[in-house]
Amino acid sequence: MTIQAQLLLAVLAPLVGAIVAGLLGKKLGKVLTHRITIAGVFISFVIAVNWFFSFLWGDATAVDVTVYEWASFGGLTIQIGFLLDSLTAIMMLVVTFISLMVHIYSIGYMHDDDGYQRFFSYISLFTFSMLMLVMSNNFLQLFFGWEAVGVMSYLLIGFWYQKETAIFANMKAFLVNRVGDFGFILGIGGIFLLFGTLDYAPVFKTMGLAEELVSLGDQQPTNALALVGLDQTFAVWGGLEWSAMSFICICLFIGAMGKSAQVPLHVWLPDSMEGPTPISALIHAATMVTAGVFMVARMSPLFEFSETALAMITVIGAITALFMGLVAIVQNDIKRIIAYSTLSQLGYMVVALGVSAYSAAIFHLFTHAFFKALLFLGAGSVIVALHHEQDIRKMGGLYKKLPITYWCTLIGTLALIGTPFFSGFYSKDTIISAVSSAQGGFSSFAYFAVLTGVLVTAVYSVRLLLVVFHGKTNVEPQLYEELQESPKVISWPLIALAVPSLVAGFIFTKPLLFTTFFDDSIRVLEQHNVLAVVEQHYDSAINFALHGMMNPVFIMLLTGITIAIIVYGWAPRFITMWAIFLKPVKRLLEHKYFFDELNQKVFARGGHWLGQVLWRYGDKAVIDEGIIDGSAQTLKHIALKVRKLQTGYLFHYALFMLVGLVAFLAWLIFRG
Amino acid sequence: MLEQLPVLSLLIWLPLLSGVLVLLGPGDKMLAWSQRFALLISLIVLVLCVWLFVEFDRTTAAFQFSEQARWIPSLNIEYKLGADGISLPLVMLTSLINLLVLFGATTSIRFRQTQFVAAVLLLTGAMNGVFLAQDSILFYVFWEAMLIPMFLMIGIWGGPNRIYATLKFFLYTFFGSIFMLVALIYMGRDAGSFAIDAMRQMPLSATEQSWIFWAFLIAFAVKIPMVPVHTWLPDAHVEAPTGGSVILAAIMLKMGGYGFLRFSLPITPDAAASFADILIILSLIAIVYIGFVALAQKDMKKLIAYSSIAHMGFVTLGSFIVLQLLNPDAQSMAMQGAMVQMISHGLISGALFFCIGVLYDRLHTRQISDFGGVVNSMPVFATLLMLFILANAGLPGTSGFVGEFFVIISSFQADWRIALFAALTLVLGAAYSLWFYKRVIFGKPANENIARLDDVNGREKTILIVLAIFIVTLGVYPQLLISVMQPSIEQLLDFAGNSKLGGG
Repeated sequence: MTIQAQLLLAVLAPLVGAIVAGLLGKKLGKVLTHRITIAGVFISFVIAVNWFFSFLWGDATAVDVTVYEWASFGGLTIQIGFLLDSLTAIMMLVVTFISLMVHIYSIGYMHDDDGYQRFFSYISLFTFSMLMLVMSNNFLQLFFGWEAVGVMSYLLIGFWYQKETAIFANMKAFLVNRVGDFGFILGIGGIFLLFGTLDYAPVFKTMGLAEELVSLGDQQPTNALALVGLDQTFAVWGGLEWSAMSFICICLFIGAMGKSAQVPLHVWLPDSMEGPTPISALIHAATMVTAGVFMVARMSPLFEFSETALAMITVIGAITALFMGLVAIVQNDIKRIIAYSTLSQLGYMVVALGVSAYSAAIFHLFTHAFFKALLFLGAGSVIVALHHEQDIRKMGGLYKKLPITYWCTLIGTLALIGTPFFSGFYSKDTIISAVSSAQGGFSSFAYFAVLTGVLVTAVYSVRLLLVVFHGKTNVEPQLYEELQESPKVISWPLIALAVPSLVAGFIFTKPLLFTTFFDDSIRVLEQHNVLAVVEQHYDSAINFALHGMMNPVFIMLLTGITIAIIVYGWAPRFITMWAIFLKPVKRLLEHKYFFDELNQKVFARGGHWLGQVLWRYGDKAVIDEGIIDGSAQTLKHIALKVRKLQTGYLFHYALFMLVGLVAFLAWLIFRG
Repeated sequence: MLEQLPVLSLLIWLPLLSGVLVLLGPGDKMLAWSQRFALLISLIVLVLCVWLFVEFDRTTAAFQFSEQARWIPSLNIEYKLGADGISLPLVMLTSLINLLVLFGATTSIRFRQTQFVAAVLLLTGAMNGVFLAQDSILFYVFWEAMLIPMFLMIGIWGGPNRIYATLKFFLYTFFGSIFMLVALIYMGRDAGSFAIDAMRQMPLSATEQSWIFWAFLIAFAVKIPMVPVHTWLPDAHVEAPTGGSVILAAIMLKMGGYGFLRFSLPITPDAAASFADILIILSLIAIVYIGFVALAQKDMKKLIAYSSIAHMGFVTLGSFIVLQLLNPDAQSMAMQGAMVQMISHGLISGALFFCIGVLYDRLHTRQISDFGGVVNSMPVFATLLMLFILANAGLPGTSGFVGEFFVIISSFQADWRIALFAALTLVLGAAYSLWFYKRVIFGKPANENIARLDDVNGREKTILIVLAIFIVTLGVYPQLLISVMQPSIEQLLDFAGNSKLGGG
């Protein structure tokens, strides 16, 4: 099979599955529906695995294929096509693997739901959209995938459409994402202005030229940009001018902030937990929310030339990593705790992007996908066992009853907090080391944030584990007695995710980060190359882990675990003491820094209020009553003077106008 | 076989004469036959359009399938028809939408059905005439003639406040078109011909151009409509029957946009260039201001009417931004954007008004607050409406995206701040569209009546699915449309870029 055929098959198989499930689902029944959709995703998965390992072993080179011309006019062609390189391959692997696990898991989780077929149709369609996004070779298709995954997220958050909170959350998610897309589309506009094309290839080619200029001589990046003709500026106001490159990068990053839920556009992600748990794992932890990180990494040739944008990325990511983690400590809904944890981990990835450690960001994306999907699916298993209870205060002591879930969640937690030898350790420690040697704007703040974040992560993660699985149970005795481990379709995907959560870091750190794996897709300027510093200290996975036990990160981790064990395990009365001492802080955290209140009161209500004011006073009062009815009145006054014509019907005025017009025209025509 | 027929004339006169025939025919006694006859005629018209589309030469900007005959020789007025890349898509849209309206009207119109059928046929003919006429007086005749069946449609089959709405509609549009007529006659006398192409070629001084430009602007701005002459549209929509609303939104608004492209830009290029700033600002106001106004609407039809005004803002923005662009690719993109937006809006707004009609036929109310939880009893309807609502919010993969995307991206080249304001539609359009959907469709059934609603019947489903297919096809493969329009658009850009002032 040709490469193009393979890629098309990878994309279309889930699409066909989705269409069949959506249109014929009711006729096919539940079993056939999930078999067809799973078969579709499985085909994509096989293709993805094949390509990933081809790139890993260095057998494959990047290819760029056109599928069809979407629009072409003048000298411009906008195409639909695929760019297959290492970055695409790793994203395809993540997307299809998690999607496959979630498909299988959903057989159990959604078993009794009336919308079973609809659910499978949606998640397959999501997989298609996500693949279109990561495999795109141009900005139009990227934007298509970007919006399409947003819509699927919208539909899936509101999957239980009778639930008032769900249909509020899904609209909120879509609108906040649209704010990001607003920036994104302006960024694309800037690209089209600067490069005159929407394809990646010519853009990267020009930027590659600039990069060569930087690396050859002692050119500054700005000079290099000028030499390739990209030093335009945009007038902002008066004499103020912005560099076009920074403008574009910041706009693109605003798009990423929406999708990857960075402060202040993070508000939709915790609410998105209203959707079914499998989609929280698939969309709101492993794949869609990482699209922003992927996009910035994909655009690394551009971002490398904007110190301003990189500094902004660093600071936004650092804020998200630390402050969203803090919120997780005070949450009581099991899914929301994991959601805030996701926000915080996305912050880590974004910080890595900000310090030009793009491949470290992608690597953390890779490991995070496994252990975060695992945590969500584990939480889902608990929720199902407890008949849809999500409040952790009503759990406890579950490890005896749900052993598989417990062990898997334990592995996920250890990976998340960055325990040496677990996958999360390798990716997170790489990011922290990279940040520590970064020189760009805000990098010292970022180092503080990611370091403190380790402690925070340990506190909320261990708290979750202790409160849910250990200690005295708060489950009703009768229900507790009846508790049993979830069926195989639920526990097997957990085990399948637990394995990479355990070993992915150990195996893949060197081949992904410290070889030439990403060289065909990610570009880093020599002076930004912080990973080179990390690489000097890396000799083997074992030594890296042993070395990791002697640095400040590990001390933070141990401190965090200790605090959590003391406060939530041994001496729960500390919680009350905490509460007294830190009451204002707790209030701030419980209100999630008042972002929701601000959005609800200022933007949502303000927008509606503005609409009403404009309508009442603009359209109705000024135009209709003022000008239109006013003119009618004036006409009436004129007519009043010409008494005979006054009949009171507007229609007669119109007739009067018509007669006048005909007379006027007759004069015009016949006077010559 | 078809080559020997005057196809363009058939597109106009077949429905017009059939309309008269139906009107004079046996009336409601033989309603079923009148309806079948009308459907057959509309189907023939659509087939002729498809034939045109297939046969259309995509390499030339020249008028094709032209017809010419003497009409009023003493005044040099001719019966002159022709189709190019700008008119052909609009004629196809007209024929498709009117067929669907006729198909749907059999259930939603309850009295004087024969006359309604006749009105739709008459409208089809007159509207096709507007898009095909290449003589300005012929154009004007169709332009005015089309209004009569539309007035009647609102006046007879409209809601309780229909007389006010009809008058407002009449006064606005009539007020607009008289200025256009004066301008046409002025030019026709000077040029010695009323052919549109003659007007395009004739020299005009800067002052003349300004006067003519404003005369055209008033006519077209009312029609499309632009802020601040838009307030007739929500009223007309609210009172019009479903079919009337569909035709109004899907086709009649496009005549304003068509007028800009056929008359304003080629005939008065210098005036257009010097007033482009004003038009661009008015377009941005339409997009942003009307976006907010739409958010505040409580009546479904008003909401979609306001959304139409905001969407037509992209048509005017795309048409006039070209005058401030230097890069020819960006110019083509903006103009293509404006044209695609017209066709796409025709399909999407038509579909949305059909959907509102479906709900209105069942519950006889259009207040958003009377609805809620419709998805529980009408899942198929809810799915289709979801697609249309997302298309209305400009989702990629639907036709609603293409035009907006082209216009935003290309206007960035003129000034990024224009793109900034235009791009606000991403947020505003999504806000009013999705909030509307949430209140009407999602949730628990708001009351007993909603819980008992029947889902769309075969007829309604057919209409909505046909529109959905077109919306998705154009979103996934807009080249289908673009390739037809490109030569004509390039020629139009050429005309718009050529100063008539000579030497300067």
